[in-house]
Amino acid sequence: MSRLTLRNIGKSFGDTEVLKAITLDVEDGEFLSLVGQSGCGKSTLLRIISGLEAPSSGEILMQGQTVTHLAPKQRNIAMVFQDYALYPHMSVAENMAMPLIMAQVPMYARLPLVRRVAPAARRHKPNIDAQIDTVAKQLRIDHLLARKPAQLSGGQRQRVALGRALVRNPGIFLMDEPLSNLDAKLRVEVRREISELHASSGLTFVYVTHDQTEAMTMSDRVALMQGGSILQVAAPNSLYTNPASVDVARFIGSPQINIFPVQSRATGLHLGDTNLGLILEGADADLQIGLRPEALSLQGVSGLSSHPPGAVVITLPFDKHMVEDLGPEVLIHGRLDAEPEIDLRIRAQKAKDYGLTDQLAKARRLNVTIDPTQLLVFDAGGRRLHITPRMMRTTSEVS
Amino acid sequence: MSSIKATLRSFAPRSFGHLISTLFLVLGAWVMVFPFVWMISSSLKPTDEVYDTDFSIIPRTFKGFENYYEVLFDQPYLMFLMNSFIVCVGILIVQLITAVPAAYALAKLKFRGSTILFGTVIASLTIPINVTSIPIYVGIVQASLLDTYLAMMFPFFISVFAIFLFRQFFRSFPDSIIDAARVDGFSEIEIILRLILPSAVPAIAAFSVFSFVTHWNDLYWPLIVVTSQDKMTATLSMMQYQSDFDTDYGRTFASATVVTAPMVIAFLFARRLFIRGITMTGVKG
Repeated sequence: MSRLTLRNIGKSFGDTEVLKAITLDVEDGEFLSLVGQSGCGKSTLLRIISGLEAPSSGEILMQGQTVTHLAPKQRNIAMVFQDYALYPHMSVAENMAMPLIMAQVPMYARLPLVRRVAPAARRHKPNIDAQIDTVAKQLRIDHLLARKPAQLSGGQRQRVALGRALVRNPGIFLMDEPLSNLDAKLRVEVRREISELHASSGLTFVYVTHDQTEAMTMSDRVALMQGGSILQVAAPNSLYTNPASVDVARFIGSPQINIFPVQSRATGLHLGDTNLGLILEGADADLQIGLRPEALSLQGVSGLSSHPPGAVVITLPFDKHMVEDLGPEVLIHGRLDAEPEIDLRIRAQKAKDYGLTDQLAKARRLNVTIDPTQLLVFDAGGRRLHITPRMMRTTSEVS
Repeated sequence: MSSIKATLRSFAPRSFGHLISTLFLVLGAWVMVFPFVWMISSSLKPTDEVYDTDFSIIPRTFKGFENYYEVLFDQPYLMFLMNSFIVCVGILIVQLITAVPAAYALAKLKFRGSTILFGTVIASLTIPINVTSIPIYVGIVQASLLDTYLAMMFPFFISVFAIFLFRQFFRSFPDSIIDAARVDGFSEIEIILRLILPSAVPAIAAFSVFSFVTHWNDLYWPLIVVTSQDKMTATLSMMQYQSDFDTDYGRTFASATVVTAPMVIAFLFARRLFIRGITMTGVKG
């Protein structure tokens, strides 16, 4: 039984449709990311799962039980917010105690003044303190318990927010862009900590982010959203190598995938005037071709990795415009010297002799080679076609 | 000798513009302070000298001792202060209890008609007490509550001004903290008590000062609904020296001095709070 099931969730604010019939299953113990550009509806979906927002239509189930109309506190969830949302005038310990107090101490014993003397409040205190202590040790914030949020750094606040969510031992852990307020170095660190937390706690995580790196590195599965719909739900690797549409291929992967229009005819695949020397069986249509930057390489430039000799490749003339050095690899921007002209991004590993010869720096016109086995084929509307082009000849020359 | 010179120099105008602005401020200060000087001066004089066209600050016949003795010891002065205090505190407490939840709802909850309700609050701000005083008075007479503390407090229990002020203040409270609290299991009342109230202390303090001063100084409403001496507020007690035939101005001014004194002393101790109260409420007291 799935931990969380969304059935046809729709949400409209007035005339604006923010979510369109979202259907999604999250398994117990899974780490699922909702990723997409801002305004795609991912945060609204998370708020609907949490119960802070009610869906306009559809149904939410948790472990088979309908929770669509339950309040957040009845759903056994915990949530971490982008700006941490710590209670500003309470100490770290009090912040972490709040969800436990609300769950365990009866209403009358939580009233102001009464809570200082009520035996019910006192009875629960040792138990609550012990739980806070365990979680604080786990997150290494036990030395901060007496401090106020204003006295903490961003990373520490983030840990306290995680701790406040963890103490109640929730069924589902919801996170709304928890890393976007941290600086780059800390982000990588906390990212790893959240992954470890997921691994050690075995809890179900639903994680919202606009950052594909976060989604790809942490998740078991990624749900890519655009314009209020889910485009594809898949494991990170499969999302990268096997995208269901051009939009998915474009969103996932940095630098961005190269997409260009081709015409499939009986004579082969044509890129404008150029015959690529490939043939697609039974497809007489206008198509789109996707090529990851690493599926391309430059021919005969010493200092850069290229397709191994003897490999089946297509060679095309290429105008180099700019080279970005990324450390272990270089990113080459340029334009295909054909009709129509097409911008290409090429990612190539540095070889040992990179920079010894100035070949790459000096060269203006080069030949780019394509590994046809890494071609992704899409129809004109952007839908993926699961067909692989076949070579017409072993090596093709530009006609 | 040199230090006196230095002191004098610090008062010397640095430029012509400086001189003009200093003169302007001194003039403004005099306009503000003069009524108080006049009040204290008159409180030391017999009535006929108060009327004298030939005004002098130093009284020619000193009646100060008699005037103040009568105000402080020939009437239950402490009881009047106590009455004022009870009325002001009572009004303030009920105002806070009604205004804070209303302001929270208007600032942070989404519900049908909230815009219209808030519009009504704004519109109510424009209606002065004098307009509603007759129907309220008739109502109080019908309920036979005349001459009670409740009658003095009742018209001020709901302060639309407080609702408006707090609503503006609460709006800046981060929504995500409220969301986090809802997920953590807070009820809406607990969100107000545990999160909103502690953050609103500056606004509440400012409004409290504003409300307290307003109702301490209020003469109009107590004058209408209170007749017996044991319910009189300090401000109202000044009126005792006025009769149809004759007014003892010396004593009235002595009484005014004594009634004003608690607020002036409170101001000296909590000056910063007063100033914040007036700037935040945006209304000159």
